[in-house]
Amino acid sequence: MTASPTGRIVPDRLASPTSRALKSWESLLALVAIAIFIANSFASPYFLDPWNLSDATFNFTEKAMIALAMALLIISGEIDLSVASIVALASTAMGLMMQAGFGTPAIVLTGLGTGLICGAFNGLLVTRLGLPSIVVTIGTMSLFRGISYIVLGDTAFTGYPASFGWFGQGYVVWVITVELAIFALLAVIYGIVLHKTNFGRGVYAAGNNPTAAMFSGVRVGRVKFILFLLTGLMSGLASVCLTSRLGSTRPSIGAGMELEVVTVVVLGGVSILGGSGSIPGVVIAALVMGLVTFGLGLLNVPGIVMSIVIGVLLIGVIALPRIWQKARAWKK
Amino acid sequence: MTTDTGAVLALDGVTKTFPGVKALDGVRLELHAGEVTALIGENGAGKSTVVKILTGIYQPDGGSITIDGRPVRFPTAQAAADAGVTAIHQETVLFDELSVAENIFLGHAPRARFGLIDRRAMMNRARDILTGIGARIDPATRLKDLSIASRHLVAIARALSIDARVVIMDEPTAALSQTEIEELYTLVDQLKAQGKAILFISHKFDEIFRIADRFTVFRDGQFVGAGRMAEIDEAALVRMMVGRSVDQIFPKRAAKVGDEVLRVQGYCHPTEFDDITFTLRRGEILGFYGLVGAGRTEFMQSLIGITRPSKGVTRIDGTIRTIRSPAQAIEAGIVYVPEDRGKQGAILDMPIFQNVTLPSLGRTSRAGFTRMANEFALAREYTRRLDLRAAALDANVGTLSGGNQQKVVIAKWLAVKPRVIILDEPTKGIDIGSKAAVHEFMSELAAEGLSVIMVSSEIPEILGMSDRVIVMREGRIAAELAGADLTPETLVRYAAGIGRAA
Repeated sequence: MTASPTGRIVPDRLASPTSRALKSWESLLALVAIAIFIANSFASPYFLDPWNLSDATFNFTEKAMIALAMALLIISGEIDLSVASIVALASTAMGLMMQAGFGTPAIVLTGLGTGLICGAFNGLLVTRLGLPSIVVTIGTMSLFRGISYIVLGDTAFTGYPASFGWFGQGYVVWVITVELAIFALLAVIYGIVLHKTNFGRGVYAAGNNPTAAMFSGVRVGRVKFILFLLTGLMSGLASVCLTSRLGSTRPSIGAGMELEVVTVVVLGGVSILGGSGSIPGVVIAALVMGLVTFGLGLLNVPGIVMSIVIGVLLIGVIALPRIWQKARAWKK
Repeated sequence: MTTDTGAVLALDGVTKTFPGVKALDGVRLELHAGEVTALIGENGAGKSTVVKILTGIYQPDGGSITIDGRPVRFPTAQAAADAGVTAIHQETVLFDELSVAENIFLGHAPRARFGLIDRRAMMNRARDILTGIGARIDPATRLKDLSIASRHLVAIARALSIDARVVIMDEPTAALSQTEIEELYTLVDQLKAQGKAILFISHKFDEIFRIADRFTVFRDGQFVGAGRMAEIDEAALVRMMVGRSVDQIFPKRAAKVGDEVLRVQGYCHPTEFDDITFTLRRGEILGFYGLVGAGRTEFMQSLIGITRPSKGVTRIDGTIRTIRSPAQAIEAGIVYVPEDRGKQGAILDMPIFQNVTLPSLGRTSRAGFTRMANEFALAREYTRRLDLRAAALDANVGTLSGGNQQKVVIAKWLAVKPRVIILDEPTKGIDIGSKAAVHEFMSELAAEGLSVIMVSSEIPEILGMSDRVIVMREGRIAAELAGADLTPETLVRYAAGIGRAA
């Protein structure tokens, strides 16, 4: 094959990767995180205490685990609103195992397995039957939690074995909790999967243009099914951690968590329409959320006000770049 | 600047820059009352950008727009409409679930008391406008119940309902049949008689010479020339467009046709096609001709595993290959460049190099992990071969012009190193200069031993490029033609089913 003699030389990159990274959404979020950190340390003398900071991580680790998988799912153009209900169903299933006298390993496997099954159920409905994921998962959101309510009524499972407490109450070293360590490990794995593998490229392609992706040999249905499985699995894992931390299962466990998970993902710069976003962004967004709730908690701000602050934060951070663009367009 | 007397709308020194690309560089354009001005240029010359600036979608970075000599600005689409500029796009956005009248008056419906829509007035005015353009359509009909041609008339009625002084027609005939095109010409004449200034964008020269009074030529975002149609001929216009003279001869080389590569036997589908059987040899260009709806695209897509055939066998080099997904087709060495570039071809919001490497990731990666350096190398090799014009390989495909997007899509499929490449209407909607480049390239590929299937509805292209032609009609092979049998008359007769008795 001969190269065309008229072939122009097109450079690989317009800007260096470093200068791109500096101008990115992730850098802006990191600045916000640092600002909140500094503000918190001025607002309360207890904030900088290592054990306090360690406690603060419980505000986000469980949600953030789900957010990692949810980020990939939303980038691929789908969504799973049933995650909090999967947490409840998995927790209920674990409670049943515990009552039947099984030990910690079986309980944990049940939690993860329940998550996988729920994820597979969502995934099959979406990828096999071609139903819109938002409708499917609103349905399974009621379905999964409904089963928990039928099993538990207004009672609760308590009396988990002591060794089960390790997941939600244990420490790896010093102030580093087991949950934080699991999350950090997962964040690295998800980051590599999304940004450094062929599978991750397929996730972006599927979210940007599923038809063209399919024409290009990306197995779009399979990619999305795997992502539903992962989201289910992460919900199961979050359920293990949360149940272990609380030491009990009520049917209302984790209620409303799905919105906080989606908030973290969107705050992290993932387009809700699919196609763009990054794992570093989601990780920093989880930190921001954790710092804000913890800081407000230290200041004794009531929960209702906290949810207002988080709502305003989300809308503000999403709207500001748009407002800035519009203002610049109008000036011209 | 001095402007011709009577220019309704004038652009002067208008500049628009996108990251790394100067889409418009100080262009001029004048539109006159009661006259049609054709805007001519290759893909990427800046025509679409001008339309977007005139309709308030893009803001120019510099230069002036004047209406009747007074400077104006269009910060929004509404502002452009208010100033009397309206556009009929290549694919006008209409709403299936709304009635014809609602589509026509969406956003500017006549109002009754309390700001409610005056339905009766709306229906009456819609009927008047439709009658005025000779369209017999009931304004109460749901849009989804209309044919493509009737929808087009609705789009035109909508443009007229905004009491426009300037009407922009961006490739209005692309989806129309010959009779519909004639009707459109009559309509344009009516608009001229009403004193409207019309900007007409088209790639078809016969059309331009038929209806335009004036022309303006852009090349690579710059103004090249303007004048009256009566004072110029086709060859001179082409020279202005491409900056060189293009001999409109198909560069088909006599390629050595080698061994059989692909054999398709008895491909059937319940509704789309029936009993398709043919062979394809190394270095051969096989044309697929037929009327729109003959089932050619559907058949090609089943060949690469997108639609599942009910029956049929594919052999490559004599071995049976079952292809049930595009991924398997790529493995088997068959690739398909779709007709619908924006939807099925390119992923517009992803970088050029990632588009190119998407089906080849198995080769550029190691153990499933991507290798950026390999990806850039592969993308560089193939985009360079196709003379891609872009700011950088990490720019999104969406920032490129239509012709360059097509180059990215073709580069993507060549990078797979296929045995068989299927090109579905490869030159549809692209200008003469790019067309010649695509033909040249196709010829080169065949000479290198690639087998090419070319689906085309353009007789000159089919005749000029193919070694052999299969004519499809209503999902079946109507004829296989080569050599002396291959004439425009035989093609048309078999495609339309007239040749049966002969």
